[in-house]
Amino acid sequence: MYRFTPQDVKLLEHQCAQLRRDVVNMVHKAGSGHPGGSLSAAEMITALYFHVMNIDPENPKDPGRDRFILSKGHCCPVYYAALAHRGYFDVKELDTLRQYKSILQGHPDMNITPGVDMTAGSLGNGLSIGVGMALSARLHRQDYYTYVMMGDGEIQEGMVWEAAMAAAHHRLDNLVAMVDVNGIQINGWVNDIMRVEPLADKWRAFGWNVVECDGHDMRSVLVAFHKARAKRGAPTVILAATVKGKGVSYMEDNNLWHGQAPNDAQTEEAIREINQAEEGL
Amino acid sequence: MGTLATRMAFGKRLMELGAENPDFVVCSADTKACGIEHFGEKYPGREFTFGIAEQDLMGGAVGLASCGNKVFVATFAVFATMRACEQVRTFICHTGLDVTVVGTHTGLQVGCDGATHAAVEDVGIMRSLPNMTIIQPSDSISAYSLADAALAFHGPLYVRLHRNPVPDIHTPDFRFEIGKVYTLRDYGTDCAIIGSGILCAKAVQAADQLNAEGIHVRVLEVPTLKPLNKAPILQAARECGAVVTVEDHNIYNGLGSAVAEVLAEEEPTPMKRIGIQDRFGESTNDVEDLYREHHMTVQDIVQAVKAQMARKAK
Repeated sequence: MYRFTPQDVKLLEHQCAQLRRDVVNMVHKAGSGHPGGSLSAAEMITALYFHVMNIDPENPKDPGRDRFILSKGHCCPVYYAALAHRGYFDVKELDTLRQYKSILQGHPDMNITPGVDMTAGSLGNGLSIGVGMALSARLHRQDYYTYVMMGDGEIQEGMVWEAAMAAAHHRLDNLVAMVDVNGIQINGWVNDIMRVEPLADKWRAFGWNVVECDGHDMRSVLVAFHKARAKRGAPTVILAATVKGKGVSYMEDNNLWHGQAPNDAQTEEAIREINQAEEGL
Repeated sequence: MGTLATRMAFGKRLMELGAENPDFVVCSADTKACGIEHFGEKYPGREFTFGIAEQDLMGGAVGLASCGNKVFVATFAVFATMRACEQVRTFICHTGLDVTVVGTHTGLQVGCDGATHAAVEDVGIMRSLPNMTIIQPSDSISAYSLADAALAFHGPLYVRLHRNPVPDIHTPDFRFEIGKVYTLRDYGTDCAIIGSGILCAKAVQAADQLNAEGIHVRVLEVPTLKPLNKAPILQAARECGAVVTVEDHNIYNGLGSAVAEVLAEEEPTPMKRIGIQDRFGESTNDVEDLYREHHMTVQDIVQAVKAQMARKAK
């Protein structure tokens, strides 16, 4: 868990490229969805589901499992792709994203999708729920960790800071928050719409252990999780510097691709770019 | 007059139940709601306070429930159903998790606290949420027994409680059952009075007075506002031919509306809703001041019964 080899990193990077392809294909097929924030979160989701988390797809409700909440629930394409490749359900299901009666709803639903620990989609709620999960672990003397991924636009929600206070107050060192700092929300740059900087200072002031990483460097991401799990006496937030739409040049740093599906030609181009990058690994 | 308000009787029983039932926890947000803010003193580790932060309170409860804990969340109804409404809707009702939301200080009966603290619309809000079950006691005896029923229940549950003591109308052997409609008086079929909550005492007083005058009514108590147990309501409407509903809640979207919906669809019957006249609460030392203003007194119920009887005669 805490250790990783160059070979681990290579495998994770290939897995990550696969998730990126899935995101593009899923949103293309669905005709709607959120590719930008899915692509920026791809390395972190890959690291969590294929290296960091203590989980068993054969036993998705195991009380002792690590928990994950995708608080930025609209980025579920990359989450669903990870769950499918990890073995929670058939990869073929990815083609049904957002369709009528699909197990892959437009936002995560814990009662429908195997492996989803918490319903999400309404921004700002996940960290509070993570606090509750972490409190339950302490109450029952369980050693699982709870991971909560948020967007940097999402933390404009006041409830996030209620939860930040509570987690630090209760010294929840079994809770790890991640902020996917891609700098963009639906209508533009986060710091133009409602400034959230200085991020590290804010979280520190709320009593959190702050770990910063390059969210597109698998080694950096793995080290960040290692540091988060090693911390005692305070919750950790990982501030991951990322690029919205990472891996698809025309989507990168462009808020138009927050919630828009690529057409056929754009999809082809995106897959070509992701493949090309993977060949360079 | 019972010595305990419904909120305190409920809290008292929940404190007792903590001893034999180690598997439930309590969450609060720094209010004096129903006495369970002392739960942690008696049962260390099983009470969580989230400070003055109701959204986080509800979210924390959801996280605890998702890990298999039965959770009771208690705060004032205005905050539980409005400040944290979306958390209740999406993360308790939509997920179906085992969270009991306890809302206190409901209706006009909130003492001097006034409009900000008087939940006149909470049932309407909770009734609109799929998967939600809503219950309210009518006195300290039913509130005490209701705690057992809430603990045995699984899923999203809203418990509506009141601030100040009211007269007891049940006997100590009363057992609260979710979904059950109770017949409080059965003098005859001139009219049916259907009540829920603390105003059931007034409904009973009105029935007794009418009986002395030679008008014989049936009084039903409907503690479970959702899902509504329609059969006894329809039966009463059919047999009595006239209905008066009584509740300490806005006449919109509470018991009166629920009964009107059922009767309009299945048994059109002359009826009158007694309740808050679509206005906010206000400060007073004596809630009877407000009940008079909103035409919610015993005499108002008596008059409403007579008026509905006259309508059915036509």
